[in-house]
Amino acid sequence: MVRDITLGQFMPGTSVIHRLQARTKIILLIALIVFIFLCKNFISLLLITLFSLLTILMTRISFFKYLKSLRVILFIIIITGLFNLFYGSGVILWQWWQLTITLGGVYNALFVIVRIALLMMVSAVLTYTTSPTDLTDALERLMKPLTVFHVKVHEIAMMMTIALRFIPVLLEETDKIMNAQKARGADMESGGIIKRVKALIPVLIPLFVSSFRRASDLAMAMECRCYNGGKGRTKMKVSHFKLNDLFAAIISVTVFAGVIVCNILFPAVI
Amino acid sequence: MKDFIKIENLYFQYESSEENENRSYALSGVDLTINKGEFVAIVGHNGCGKSTLAKHLNSIYLPTTGDVTVNGINTKDDDRIFEIRKTVGLVLQNPDNQIVAGIVEEDVAFGCENIGVEQKEIRKRVDNALKAVDMYDYRLHSPDKLSGGQKQRIAIAGIIAMEPECIVLDEPTAMLDPQGRDEVMNTILRLNKEMGITIILITHFMEEAVLAGRVIVMDSGKVLLDGTPKKVFSQVELMKKHRLSVPQATELIYRLRNCGYELPDCVLDEEECVQALEKLLK
Amino acid sequence: MSVIKAENISFVYSPGTAFEKKALDNVSFEIEEGEFVGIIGHTGSGKSTLVQLLNGLLRPSAGKIYLDGKDIWEKPKKIRNVRFRVGMVFQYPEYQLFEETVYKDISFGPGNMGLDEEETDKRVRKAAEFTGLKEELLEVSPFDLSGGEKRRAAIAGVIAMDPDVLILDEPTAGLDPLGREALLSQIADYHKVRKNTVMLVSHSMEDIAAIADRILVMAKGKKYMLDSTANVFAKGDELEKLGLKVPQVTKIMMMLRKKGINVDPAVLTVDQGFNEILNCLSAR
Repeated sequence: MVRDITLGQFMPGTSVIHRLQARTKIILLIALIVFIFLCKNFISLLLITLFSLLTILMTRISFFKYLKSLRVILFIIIITGLFNLFYGSGVILWQWWQLTITLGGVYNALFVIVRIALLMMVSAVLTYTTSPTDLTDALERLMKPLTVFHVKVHEIAMMMTIALRFIPVLLEETDKIMNAQKARGADMESGGIIKRVKALIPVLIPLFVSSFRRASDLAMAMECRCYNGGKGRTKMKVSHFKLNDLFAAIISVTVFAGVIVCNILFPAVI
Repeated sequence: MKDFIKIENLYFQYESSEENENRSYALSGVDLTINKGEFVAIVGHNGCGKSTLAKHLNSIYLPTTGDVTVNGINTKDDDRIFEIRKTVGLVLQNPDNQIVAGIVEEDVAFGCENIGVEQKEIRKRVDNALKAVDMYDYRLHSPDKLSGGQKQRIAIAGIIAMEPECIVLDEPTAMLDPQGRDEVMNTILRLNKEMGITIILITHFMEEAVLAGRVIVMDSGKVLLDGTPKKVFSQVELMKKHRLSVPQATELIYRLRNCGYELPDCVLDEEECVQALEKLLK
Repeated sequence: MSVIKAENISFVYSPGTAFEKKALDNVSFEIEEGEFVGIIGHTGSGKSTLVQLLNGLLRPSAGKIYLDGKDIWEKPKKIRNVRFRVGMVFQYPEYQLFEETVYKDISFGPGNMGLDEEETDKRVRKAAEFTGLKEELLEVSPFDLSGGEKRRAAIAGVIAMDPDVLILDEPTAGLDPLGREALLSQIADYHKVRKNTVMLVSHSMEDIAAIADRILVMAKGKKYMLDSTANVFAKGDELEKLGLKVPQVTKIMMMLRKKGINVDPAVLTVDQGFNEILNCLSAR
């Protein structure tokens, strides 16, 4: 059933990582991803991998859950891995017809696979340990400087909040409508693509109609509660950076410095 | 204070589309005064104009002709619209569609944040509002997992946190099960009695109207009856003529009285009814 | 022979996950052909799950459901035929309307059954008549109807499949008293004319009181009782303990009995209450 899909993937907890500020996590995550791609040799790659794995361990969420986050893009990992394997230069290891595998290719493939896998898993650290609301708030505050360029930061954040609130509601609604149409004999499980797409019409139209109805209700409810955009708005929850955020930043920066040092000290392989 | 909400000669017509140019008035000549601290129930059939009237009280709709004033402020006064909405809160029928945030306490804070209440003060108000509707234990929950009655109480808390003088509830129990209905009604009664908030309850359940201090019956955009529940529900014939129901207890006693038995002229709930019948049967 | 027979059915939502929830626990009953059965229960009592099992939208985790003596899940590929025979009207059914005209929407079910145009036309008009939809509304867009008319159109969409068993889940939810009364009497009339089996789910016992032959009371995923309407209402105390609300007039009779006045507790409507009190008065 559609209802079973979990959204946001947030897994509540009290680990060190959970307790970090969402803003800290976002900034450090971006930096970490940059450094994952800056690694030029195995030593620095090993360093960043260990750091990522340690962070994952510290979330106290089963490692299996992180592997699951990889499943979605397994196909992409394999394809890009293979692609890189055959497009390298250097010592030829194996050759058949038009296909050659070189040592450079092997290195490239290895790096690409590790990088994408790490990228997915550390991103999962953010979404697993931060509630969607905190995430939205943090994004709103981080993006605040963009208002100078007339980016409607508050509006974007409000849209995200409302989307997060209503996605589960609409999923449940989809489920109900599907059941109602199935009860009238709608066949959504058999036939070719065209038939299946056609079978969706009786579900999609009521879903649109109901979304518009909900939107107009919600707009009225927001008006009743004096919503007037971001102007003059205050916040109940204002989070401040704490000591643990500083520690996290110091440790991360040290590791990132280590990556740069390793990159300089040891020869690059890609 | 007298004349808290004043409705004078109110006519309202929905903007007509091309096909139905001659749409009749949704409200045609409503005159009402509501005092501070009152608990008023407005009843009537669908389409009698009761919901349309409710939406006039906080400037969601503006009169086609006539005036609505809240604390002396005309609802047409565009500059003071937020003042009016801070004074008169509106709770809608569908609890799902009026909750904005994904966490209960953040939703309750939404209104306060909009009107720029200071951070510490918001926290206090949100906690108090959640306690007032008996949902404090659920403050960190997601609204999705709550029952209809609980969601509706969250919506009420969101209004209370703005510290309004009056709450208008537009059929707040129509989509709820009996338990949810009781929860919401008990909450409303408490708000009126303990916090002195003026309540205007739009409903089609007569058992709920009986609990109010004043009942207004609307029919075809006009006020048909206005008075205490006793006064209104004693007019069984008139109510029936307009195809409106009265509580079963009221109807039972009324019919027995018409057979010549000595009974009080109007009872409203089962206790009064049983008392009256006991005298007769013993 | 019973038209529907449930044999020890249980149902578990999302088994094996953190959200596992037992909605139905070992429920058995039989419904006779032509009966009007009311199903009442608190929210979460399993009544909505139960009706979805009866028309094959959900498959029981354990136990069997028989339609005319045949296990409905004998051939899972043919489950659609069960859904045509056991028509199901969901809560707020107006949210399923999608076609350009009311006529087309009502004919969605018959169309899925593969009926020809002539037969479909006959059924659509009959269904509209049963639900009290005016002929001229058939060519209107369903989204231009009033709330009550939308509800009728949606119910007509199920009736048009001419099911042997019609299940309605809270058909009057959200309607005003006038609309509620009109719709219920229409359903009762339909049942009288069509003579099929009707099951009506509600948590408002007032709705069921006047029209049901028997009532199935559900509580915490189990069958609490299945008995004639009068017998069920005679146990008003127990129903109130289950969190169900009995009609005010029934409650008045219960309270009078507690005061030692010998009135029949199984009074369901004001009419019956009025007559009962008159009887009591003349017997003295």
